[in-house]
Amino acid sequence: MSRSITLGQYFPGRSLIHRMNPRLKILSLLVVLALLFSLQTYPGLAGLLVIVLAMITTTRVPFRYFLKGLRPIFYIALFALVIYFFFTSGGVVLLRVGFITVESEGVREGIFVILRLVTLVLFSLLLTLTTTPLSLTYGLGYFLRPLRYIGLPTEEVAMIMAIALRFIPTLMEESQRLMRAQVSRGADFETGSIFRRAKSLVPLIVPLFVSAFRRADELALAMEARGYRIGALRTRMHEDTIAPRDWAVLAVVVAMLVASLTLGL
Amino acid sequence: MVNRSEIMIEAKDLVYHYPGEEEPSSPALSGINLAVNRGEYLALLGPNGSGKTTLMKLFNALLAPSEGEVRVEGISTIDEGRITEIRRYCGMIFQNPDNQLVATTVEEDIAFGLENLALPPAEIRKRVIDVARLLGLEHLLLQPPHLLSGGEKQRVAIAGVLAMRPHCILMDEPTAMLDPAGRRDVLKTVQGLNREQGIAVVHVTHFPEEAVFADRVIILNQGRLVRQGPPENVLSDLPLLHSFGLQGNAVVELAALLREDGFDLPPQLIHSRELVHYLCLSERKS
Repeated sequence: MSRSITLGQYFPGRSLIHRMNPRLKILSLLVVLALLFSLQTYPGLAGLLVIVLAMITTTRVPFRYFLKGLRPIFYIALFALVIYFFFTSGGVVLLRVGFITVESEGVREGIFVILRLVTLVLFSLLLTLTTTPLSLTYGLGYFLRPLRYIGLPTEEVAMIMAIALRFIPTLMEESQRLMRAQVSRGADFETGSIFRRAKSLVPLIVPLFVSAFRRADELALAMEARGYRIGALRTRMHEDTIAPRDWAVLAVVVAMLVASLTLGL
Repeated sequence: MVNRSEIMIEAKDLVYHYPGEEEPSSPALSGINLAVNRGEYLALLGPNGSGKTTLMKLFNALLAPSEGEVRVEGISTIDEGRITEIRRYCGMIFQNPDNQLVATTVEEDIAFGLENLALPPAEIRKRVIDVARLLGLEHLLLQPPHLLSGGEKQRVAIAGVLAMRPHCILMDEPTAMLDPAGRRDVLKTVQGLNREQGIAVVHVTHFPEEAVFADRVIILNQGRLVRQGPPENVLSDLPLLHSFGLQGNAVVELAALLREDGFDLPPQLIHSRELVHYLCLSERKS
C-alpha cells in the first residue's frame, strides 16, 4: 500500500515541459490564466484549447490523469450551465417551458464559460502533473521571498514543506500499523454511522500525534547534528537553473496575452 | 597516515545536569575525563540511563557541559561561532534510521549536511556521488527514503555524515533497530571506514559483540566512567559486566561455562576464532 502512495499528482517523464524550470512554469501558468480570462471569442478560446491539448500529448502523461483531474469540476460546470441557460437573456428563444425560456445567448455564454473552465484546469494539471512536489514547493517558496522583508522566514517555510512531504509516507505507514494493532485487539473502523467511525479514529490519532512529536524532536536533533542552523546561509545541490528556452516559453505566453488584449480575441 | 597518539576529542572534568534536574545528587554525567585519539575505534558500553547518549550529544555540541569542558580538534563546544565546524569534524548517527533522514530522495539527503556548509553545488554533487560509490548506494540515489530497508537507511545516514569529511563518527546505538543483515552491513561499513580512511569512531552499543573489534572499550554506569581498556580486558570481565546488568558476548559467556566444567582456557578470550583454537588444542591433548 505505502509503496503506491504518490505524493501530489506528479507523473514522471523527460519531456520539455517536465524539464522546464518550475519557477518559470508557475509564472507562465499565471500568465496563461490571465490570458484565459482576457479571451472573449470562441476562436481565441479554441486556439488555446488546441494548444493545451498539443502540450499534453508531448508530455506523454496518459490522458486519463487529466480526466481524473477534471472530474471534481463536473458539478460546478453543470451548475454554471444551468444558470447560464435559464437566466441569460438575448438572442433567439430556443426553448420555452412555461414561463422559463432558454435563449441562444445563454447557450453561447454557458458553453464558453465551461470551455474556459476546462482549459484552465487542464493548464493547471499540466503544471502539477509534470512537476515534482518538491520542485513546486521550492518554486512557490521563491515567489514568497519578498515576504522576507516583512519578517517571514521563507527559506524555513520551504524547508518545513519539504520535510512534510518527506514524512507523509512514513506517517501513513505508521497509521496503518496502528490501525492493524487496534483491529487485532477488536477495534472496528468500518461499520456504524459516520459519527461512530469518526469516534473510533480517536484511539488512532492520539498515538499518531504522540509519535509524530517524538519524531519531530529526534529529527530536529539530527538536523542540528548535521550543521543545520536557522537563518544560516545554505546552498542547494540542484541549482535552480533557468535555460534560455524557459525564458522563451514565458516570452511566448506573454506575447499571446498582449496579442489577445490588443486584437480583442 | 593518521597519527594515532594525537588527541581528537577531549572531555575534561565533564559534568552534565539536564535542565530542571539540577539537584547535585544525580547528574546525568559526572567526572568524565576521556580522550578520543585520531583514528581510534572506541566502543562505549553501559546500561540504559548510564549517560551514553548524553555523552555523544556533548561531543557533537548538541548539549553544552554544565561543568568542565569538551574540546573537539581543540575547539571548545561552547564556542557558538564554531559549532558548525565541530559538527563537520564529528558527524553523528542516531538510533532510529527513520528520524534522521531529512530529504525526499537519498541524494538530497546525503547532500543535506553539505548544503548546510554552503558548499558550491558542483562540489556537493561530486561529493554525493563519490560517497554513494564508496558505500555502494549509487543505485538508490533517486529513491525516497521510506522505500529503503533499515540497514540501507542507516548507511544513507552514514553517507550523509561521511560526505562532510568528518574526522570522527559518533554512533548512538546505530544497529538497535535493524535486522541481523542490516546490522552486519552497518558494522562492516563503519569498520571499513575506520580502517581504510582512518576515521575515528565512537560507537555506543548495548551489545558486547559489537565492541569486540574496538581498539578500546569504555563502560559507563550512572553517569560515571567505571572501566576502560582494550576489549580483551574489559569484555572478558564477566563479573564486572554482569554487575552493570550487561551480558558478555557469546564467546565470553560460553568460555565461562566451559571453564566451570573444567576446561583449561586462557582468561582473555573474546573472539570466536580464539575459542575454537583453544578447544581444538585441548581436544588434541586429551
